[in-house]
Amino acid sequence: MKREAPKSLADYSPLFFPGLMLIVFFVVPFSTMIAVSFFQRDPSGFYTPDFVFSNYARFLSLFFGKVLGFSLVLAVMVAICCVVIAFPFTYLLTKRPRKVQTIWLVCLLSVLSLSEVIIGFAWSTLFTRTAGITNLFVAIGLMKEPVALTPSFWAVLTGMVYQALPYTILVLYPALVRLDPTLLEAARTLGASPVRAFMNVVVPALRNTIVATLIMVFVFALGSYLLPQILGRPSHWTLSVLITDQAIYQSNMPFAAAMAVFLVLMSLALVGLTLLVGRKENAL
Amino acid sequence: MIQTFLRRLYFVAVALFLAAPLIVVAGVSVNEKQDLAFPPKGFSLAWYAQIFVDPEWRKALFASLSLAVTAAALAVAIALPLAWFLWRRIAPWANVFQILGLAPFILPPVITALGMLSFWATSGFYGQPWTAVISHAIFFVTLPLVTLSLGFASIDRSLVEAAATMGADDRTVLKTVVLPLIRPYLVSGYAFAFVLSLNEYIVAYMTIGFTLETLPIKIFNALRYGYTPTMASVSVFFVAVAALVFGLIAKFGDIRRLLGAMSSET
Repeated sequence: MKREAPKSLADYSPLFFPGLMLIVFFVVPFSTMIAVSFFQRDPSGFYTPDFVFSNYARFLSLFFGKVLGFSLVLAVMVAICCVVIAFPFTYLLTKRPRKVQTIWLVCLLSVLSLSEVIIGFAWSTLFTRTAGITNLFVAIGLMKEPVALTPSFWAVLTGMVYQALPYTILVLYPALVRLDPTLLEAARTLGASPVRAFMNVVVPALRNTIVATLIMVFVFALGSYLLPQILGRPSHWTLSVLITDQAIYQSNMPFAAAMAVFLVLMSLALVGLTLLVGRKENAL
Repeated sequence: MIQTFLRRLYFVAVALFLAAPLIVVAGVSVNEKQDLAFPPKGFSLAWYAQIFVDPEWRKALFASLSLAVTAAALAVAIALPLAWFLWRRIAPWANVFQILGLAPFILPPVITALGMLSFWATSGFYGQPWTAVISHAIFFVTLPLVTLSLGFASIDRSLVEAAATMGADDRTVLKTVVLPLIRPYLVSGYAFAFVLSLNEYIVAYMTIGFTLETLPIKIFNALRYGYTPTMASVSVFFVAVAALVFGLIAKFGDIRRLLGAMSSET
């Protein structure tokens, strides 16, 4: 049975249910959110229909600028840390026997699927004074007495790297596992050490993959909504946290929606950039 | 020699980083009293029993499980016909639906959550338990869609053609050839959606957060009012469920292929 173009309406019937669901429950909610971003806030309930730009005008405040700047810097740092740790790791992992790879993949998936709530709780426990890692440092003589490491910027960064690292490895995995092994063999035959071959052959060959992964992890990190709240101070809140806060605790849906639209546009632009980078890679 | 050692060191370091918070949580969860202490003082599994004995936690567990079971089923029900159609027919514009299916997962989760919140609030169903089921199904439809697309791509078209030549119509081919071949992908798509739905917080919180508590919502609410060891035992329970499900997928399927490695190479 070859692939053929649908001829009758009946041929389209498998599309009805998925199409309907995706339009009603994704396209419509998404459009609703965009509409709400132009609505007027109603302090007594949710919002009243209107067409104002005041929600977007609030972006011009110094406070918003700070939150946006912090979110971007934090996400860039998370992306760089993750790729620096994950790239050599994933490369080495693809050289291990299949069984070892499978075990690692199962563990990585398990960590990746963990709720942000649980990751936040686990790291806040690890950073407490009574049960935390500093007790270990005291035991081996590195520190005089245990201290609490949270809330702090480094706690937020560590938690977010933890959250994004399995994602980074799994994004890099297909590209690295499919990497032509003869490339490396050629370099080794010509006398390059494994480290040199890795730096001078593998890394340049996958330059575009690395850039694309950096962007994807960046977008992933932008989405983190709880860790800055659990592990950081209010000054460490990101755009995602602010959106949640405005929508739920301040009941200012229109402003939250406007920020969400902004976040979508930024993420879409970046995802588009990734696709562009990826296309260039295929063209080579 | 030294290189093997360095590589081991690197692997151990990454493993420790990934495991450290979970080890501490596991340790904390067996404290005898309501302490946040590590290494644990005394040993007790009471906090695990608490998940099932305490009515509040049991209710949250039940809410989470029923949400995950139904949302994952609905996600598969949306993804299967779509993936089948895209494989069976040449209809370039239908790719729009594929993009729609991938989008909720690629965009920051807060956006899907907020979209759902404004939608359910506007339509007047805000707070109904089933709204979370639909929201999760849409949010996680990406996973079965990706695994099923991989599954369909792996089917040898000549098998299907043979069946058609022997006189099988579309329905018979689907039932006797296609479905058995993609069953592993169907199951793993369901499993992925199930585990992620079980762990999901923000979408659930923004749709049913004020009427019903799922386990992640319950943990977060408990976290804001202080600490109970049950939070730790529930977290360990979550890790165990995820490891079990993905372990089963790895045992009965090819997890490397699902994650993008080619099946042909050995």
